[in-house]
Amino acid sequence: MTTRRVRKVGERRSTSFILGAAAWLVGLLFFFPVFWMLLSGFKTELDANSSPRLFFTPTLEQYREVTAQTQGLLGFGEAIMNSIVIVGVSTLIVMLLAVPAAYALSIRPIKKARDVLFFFISTKFLPIVAGILPLWIIARNLGILNTRLVLIILYMGINLPLAVWMLRSFFKEVPPALIEAAQLDGANLRQQITRVMLPIVAPGLAATALLVVIFAWNEFFLAVQLNPVDGSTIPIWITTFVSTRGNFLAKLSAASTLAVLPVVIAGWIAQKRMIRGLAMGAVK
Amino acid sequence: MEQAVKTESTSIAGGHRARMRRERWTRRLPLLPALLFTIAVTQIPFLMNLWYSLTEWKITPPTPRTFTGLENYATLFTNTFFRSAVWITTAMTVGAVVISVALGLGIALLLDREFFGRGIVRTLLITPFLIMPVVAGLIWKNQIFHSLYGVLNWVITSLGFEPIEFVGRLPLWSIIIVLVWQWTPFMMLIILAGLQSQPTDILEAARVDGASSWGLFRYITLPGLRPYLELGALLGSIYLIQVFDHIDVITGGGPGSTNVPYFVYQRSIGGGWDFGQAAAYSTVVVAASIVIATIGLRLLGGLLPKEETA
Repeated sequence: MTTRRVRKVGERRSTSFILGAAAWLVGLLFFFPVFWMLLSGFKTELDANSSPRLFFTPTLEQYREVTAQTQGLLGFGEAIMNSIVIVGVSTLIVMLLAVPAAYALSIRPIKKARDVLFFFISTKFLPIVAGILPLWIIARNLGILNTRLVLIILYMGINLPLAVWMLRSFFKEVPPALIEAAQLDGANLRQQITRVMLPIVAPGLAATALLVVIFAWNEFFLAVQLNPVDGSTIPIWITTFVSTRGNFLAKLSAASTLAVLPVVIAGWIAQKRMIRGLAMGAVK
Repeated sequence: MEQAVKTESTSIAGGHRARMRRERWTRRLPLLPALLFTIAVTQIPFLMNLWYSLTEWKITPPTPRTFTGLENYATLFTNTFFRSAVWITTAMTVGAVVISVALGLGIALLLDREFFGRGIVRTLLITPFLIMPVVAGLIWKNQIFHSLYGVLNWVITSLGFEPIEFVGRLPLWSIIIVLVWQWTPFMMLIILAGLQSQPTDILEAARVDGASSWGLFRYITLPGLRPYLELGALLGSIYLIQVFDHIDVITGGGPGSTNVPYFVYQRSIGGGWDFGQAAAYSTVVVAASIVIATIGLRLLGGLLPKEETA
């Protein structure tokens, strides 16, 4: 906030310094496990499986090994292709369905828009586990167990309510006066949407899509229940590195780094808007 | 003539009504695909689940499905494993939500001020929330908690204490710690949004009137943050009541860490194959979620601006 001063009135310089240092300490503490994972991915198994050490000779051996293809096992290439297709297609359709829905709930609202919005968000309260048996049985009967299709449909189901909820809050920010002005100037609906609304809501669209991508990318429960054999995604690939025989820490770390990298970077870029869309959707 | 005028006016009114109806449907149309899809994917499985819960249906040994009414529910609470799962779910959800909201509040207060590298610190802090739950669980279990190679135990032994078998001896707390690690950033960001939307003039006036920092926090900041704290707790509860991934990779549902969702999984497709009974267990999760949702939606209802009822 621009109106905020560097220090609050009546606060001593030393207090300010201590609080700033405390914030850094907490930040580094929270980041530490991620840093440690990153570090361990460049270690040899011997270095990783010994008492914690900060200094070691870095190696790319683990990255080579985890991305290598072994016959008959779920490989990195296969898992990441499944993840990209499932996450990409489901996110695309979610956005295509959610944008018009959010439009009908905000800019040109239907009657009872509020009730519909509540219905959408209330579906997020239903625990997935209570639906997994019927879903498993339906998917088996339709013959889509262990296919990308089943996860595409279900990730749409998980994320659509969330996307509608977030997009609505971004659409609310389009000033109605602006749309009216465009109407008076004789702009048709398409022009109103592309020239007036889209530029205002574009960052919100991006933030919503990113959040949808994050939830779909990280999803494990449905993936492991429905697609343990084929169509397996990155979270399942990660669990294949846990072994009861032999050392696996360095390999697990390298694989984990690859798995979280896309989403962490996306989240860093979109951090402010993402949370605003989630939080302000309810508060403002 | 009179008759003709009348017909004319009713037909105009009729045309008007038809136009109104068309107008209403053009407004509804963009909503329908999303609404119908959501109803199909989210409601049908739950109704089917409710039906399963009233039947006796085992896959191993294969028995034909028979309707047994409420029998599955009768034995529900006498099952000690289920009772324990209910307790674990409550402890895990409440523990993780309360701790992460409290920590999130503290950290948000630290971040609500200018200091060197504030953007970097915030970026470091949100990272745990972005980490895949499976990865979070595995990294903590194998690299932080581990009794030989874990960093936490290295710190503990360096301080001269005995190493602790976290996952083995404190399974519930091990999982709660990882959940708190992932959810504190989320709470922090929501609360930070609340802090930054505070009207600065009121704070300013109170400060000029000589209010203490604690007084300011207790009587102005905290009441103003209430909707944000409630929202954080609500969203956190929705997700944390159904934790599965962390349990699966950290303890695999060993004693003392099986919550109801994991228990349902174990009793059905996770090896139990007793679909009727498992469905009854999961209906209880739904019931509990509805209670939380009712409270939660009432809170949200108070938060949403009223003009939308129009």
